[in-house]
Amino acid sequence: MKKFVKIMAVIAAMGVMMSFAGCASTPTASKVKEKGVITMATNAAFPPFEYLKDNKVSGVDVDVANEIAKDLGVKLEIKDMEFDMVIPSVKAGKFDFGAAGITIREDRLKEVDFSVEYVKSSQYMVVQKGKSFTKDDLANMVIGVQQGTTGDLYASGDFDEDVKAKEVKQYKSAVEAAGDLKLGRIDAVIVDELPAKTIVEGAADKLELIDEKLTEESYALCVKKGNKTLLDSINKTLERLMNEGKIDEYVINHMGK
Amino acid sequence: MQPVLLNAFSDFGETLYENLIAEDRYKMILGGLGNTLLMAIGATLIGVAIGLVIAIVKYFASDNKKLWILDKLCDVYITVIRGTPIVVQLLIMYTAIFAAASNGLPVAILAFGINSGAYVAEIIRGGIFAVDKGQTEAGRSLGLNKLQTMRHIVLPQAFKNFLPALGNEFIALLKETSVAGYIAVRDLTKAADLIRGRTFNSTSLFTVALIYLLLVMVMTKGLKILERRLSKNDKR
Repeated sequence: MKKFVKIMAVIAAMGVMMSFAGCASTPTASKVKEKGVITMATNAAFPPFEYLKDNKVSGVDVDVANEIAKDLGVKLEIKDMEFDMVIPSVKAGKFDFGAAGITIREDRLKEVDFSVEYVKSSQYMVVQKGKSFTKDDLANMVIGVQQGTTGDLYASGDFDEDVKAKEVKQYKSAVEAAGDLKLGRIDAVIVDELPAKTIVEGAADKLELIDEKLTEESYALCVKKGNKTLLDSINKTLERLMNEGKIDEYVINHMGK
Repeated sequence: MQPVLLNAFSDFGETLYENLIAEDRYKMILGGLGNTLLMAIGATLIGVAIGLVIAIVKYFASDNKKLWILDKLCDVYITVIRGTPIVVQLLIMYTAIFAAASNGLPVAILAFGINSGAYVAEIIRGGIFAVDKGQTEAGRSLGLNKLQTMRHIVLPQAFKNFLPALGNEFIALLKETSVAGYIAVRDLTKAADLIRGRTFNSTSLFTVALIYLLLVMVMTKGLKILERRLSKNDKR
């Protein structure tokens, strides 16, 4: 019993420490300028939005982030991490903003503030070549997804209780899931439109895309809650880029690779 | 600054509900616990089987030159397995050696078992060599053959020697299974991480930390009881 009390005390202490850890200061626009550096949290396993090229993170979001940094007159620093770490670390104030093709969702809005939406997207199914599945087959399918993505939430029934895969396997990236799809370990990968197209392009002899939109969603960048000055600056840059048609240009640039 | 401590407690119940009860999340944790236990037990059995065979082969090879090939093979196995990280072994097993396997769980059990076997082999070998040579000689002079001597005289004494170290290995193995998420097996750790990704909150991680801790405490207790019973007839 004594031992048990000790353990509980340790856990309580850890819990208290954890809540203190969440108190890092908000990285406002003026603080960013003062530092001369803006930091971006991302997950470089989501082509064409972010992927590794020549050992460096590259992609649409990186191009966008470079413009944001330029407009603020600071340098950009990118930190690559697991997708489901991006929102928590932005929330904790570890990085100035998150850009990882993040879909705006109700539950995520409770954690961070989102910018204006800059890309529209949908979830699509990627299957082995020659197989034909639809949304209605989902209940009998083993689905591979990237952990914590909207594809994961969709297949797990978080979008709609009635739409739920027989089994969902969560991978570190959709590309990894696609590897298991080629080996026949899973029936389909559910992933966002452009990554889906990139994946199929890379394995056109083995995989194909099912032409059926599963969801309607939009991407945005995220900042720590209440960080209005930085968000305003990000929104201004995003709106400029969209008006200039730059974002479509970036997408085309990064799709060909 | 807000009164952090007070908030932590008032939010505690709500957070706990969201992380464990909502959307039947406890079921995900229980499923993960099941897979973790399955991997730990399965790998332990495989590990002990491999370890025992290797330790005995190495014991007999130590005074029989004809067995040198087997001896070398065992050495290679132990060197390679102990010289590479378990995560790398697991990924190689899943992506290359068993690329045809459709399910990650049996691959994980085998990978952890083969990994554990190398450590168990060394533990058992140490225990066997610690038994006085006179015991073997006595067994042999009583007319038992080499295997019988091993089975009835040496191993029962060696067991007492290596049990604490073996217990340690099982505890390490249980915790090592937490890397199974790398090959999309939903173990205890992966289940907690999935919940964390959905609730944006670390409570599920603390929960499984507690579960691992309780499992290890139960194992430690069980091993202590076993050790005490085994040493009952020792007059030390």
